[in-house]
Amino acid sequence: MNKRSILVSVAVPFAVCAATGCEAQVERTPWGDPDLQGLWSNATLTPLQRPDALGDTAFFTPEEAEAYVAERIEATNADRTIGQTGSVGSYNDAWFDRGNSIVPTLRTSLIVDPANGKVPPFTPEAQQQHEANLAYAQDHPVDTPADRFLTERCIVFGGGAAPLFPEPYNNNYYIVQTPDYVTIMAEINHEVRIVPIDGRPHFPERVLQWTGDSRGYWDGDTLVVETRNQRTNRFFYGVQMLNSVMSDQFSVVERFTRTAPDQIRYEASIDDPAVFTAPWSVEIYMHPQEGPLVEYACHEGNYGLTGMLSAARAEERRAAEAEQSTEQ
Amino acid sequence: MRIRHSVSVFCAASVLAASPASLAQEDDIPRLSDGTPNFSGVWQSLTTANWDILSHGASAGPPEYGALLSVPPGRGIVDGDEIPYLPEALEQKQRNFESRWTEDPEAKCFMPGTPRANYMPYPFQIFHSEAGMLFAYQFAGAARIINLDNHQPSAIDSWMGWSNGSFEEDTLVVDVTGFNGLGWLDRSGNHAGYRLRVVERYTFAGPDAIDYEATLEDPDTFSEPWTMRFRLYRVAEPETHLMEFKCVAFTEELLYGEFYKRPEE
Repeated sequence: MNKRSILVSVAVPFAVCAATGCEAQVERTPWGDPDLQGLWSNATLTPLQRPDALGDTAFFTPEEAEAYVAERIEATNADRTIGQTGSVGSYNDAWFDRGNSIVPTLRTSLIVDPANGKVPPFTPEAQQQHEANLAYAQDHPVDTPADRFLTERCIVFGGGAAPLFPEPYNNNYYIVQTPDYVTIMAEINHEVRIVPIDGRPHFPERVLQWTGDSRGYWDGDTLVVETRNQRTNRFFYGVQMLNSVMSDQFSVVERFTRTAPDQIRYEASIDDPAVFTAPWSVEIYMHPQEGPLVEYACHEGNYGLTGMLSAARAEERRAAEAEQSTEQ
Repeated sequence: MRIRHSVSVFCAASVLAASPASLAQEDDIPRLSDGTPNFSGVWQSLTTANWDILSHGASAGPPEYGALLSVPPGRGIVDGDEIPYLPEALEQKQRNFESRWTEDPEAKCFMPGTPRANYMPYPFQIFHSEAGMLFAYQFAGAARIINLDNHQPSAIDSWMGWSNGSFEEDTLVVDVTGFNGLGWLDRSGNHAGYRLRVVERYTFAGPDAIDYEATLEDPDTFSEPWTMRFRLYRVAEPETHLMEFKCVAFTEELLYGEFYKRPEE
């Protein structure tokens, strides 16, 4: 590929794909598979769900996009909240990595299906479970680590499991391929998701993993990854941001397509018929980054969890003492 | 053979002379399209070095677990069967040994460090292509990206170290630095500090085995560099890949149990 065509495809990748098909420009491994290898980021300012204020607007105009980006960068600037009531000053803005742009389609949400850009409603049973979870969390905010988010326990982060949703920071990935595997490492929590692509069967249903059990295959030049055997948890990251629930019917189908030399289009369809009244899908774009990736040790220095647990016990002691002195 | 030269001299010498230890014929080891030995696969050692990297007889574990946690005997993996500790470092080793059932980073599901991760009783999987190399370890989900080009110094201190890899003939040489000094080398409390430098050498010994050696130097801990060596075997069952061993939740009672609110009895 000459330099000129790279520039053209960077500028208008969709037009190039639409006009000529993507096959001609796909980089390939020595054994002929599309090449997804390298360091990537899926950081974006595009929200998962379309903000209510945008109503039926599925796509920004370029001018609206520019204004939205400027507004988000200002609104999420963590330096402005340091010292304010309720802020413990944990991170200043340098720690965050939300990106400086929205998805190149200018869509107003990562969700592309349903058309309203929103997660479908829960089933009645899931709604009931959801409310029970909230009530339990109200009464038992931090009895044991099991009451806290999986990320706070350093067990699994979004980058380790399907679907890959952008996080406030550390959206960095390293992909390496062999003829039998596509392996996706997330820098965050050193998560490694191994995706066999040689047709081997899934693990038996009783084998559950926090990163699920992924199998892939090439559909033309698109890598399709099916994930099941997901260990369920009410704090599972992928649905944690929705304060959701999940069942043992949770499954995800992801599609990775190298749509340009500097771009992977990532699509994911989430299905959990016991929880959501309809399947739903997202479309996110990954872009190259320079790296290098470094070790993200989380559990090894998890003073936060010790702090939350011990502070809760101290508060309980103080409350008990106050009650006792009132009685006297 | 006891390596008494500095690591740099050792490396330079091995460039000049092809490794006599290698049994591999050129044609019977897997290779990438560019001719480089292809280290992709699931590998595991068959030593008892994770209990003690020096030779040891069998011994008892915590009595409440009967024979389950007793220590299996094994030949050591260290050249000369001796670690040249400086006096203070040897004392630290003894203190580590006494507190091993709670203080070994393995008990806490901390990342095991390099080279310990290579001789734990868990498999690890190498993904190697013309474009990159990733070591994925089953224990604690530890991982190492091996930088095969664009070698840079370590940006941060870390558990697994910063790995710059290169090939000397058919041997993969990985220069590992940037350690945080918190890792142990085994359950017996052998250890090194943050100035540790590990130079690993991976050489195929036939298509399904790798002769591994690592030279460790740390002027704060050891009086001279020393070398360990053992063999890695390919896990050859078909359709084998790493299963997840996220052990963090298994350690929460040990690490945070004193702060639990337990149901009133």
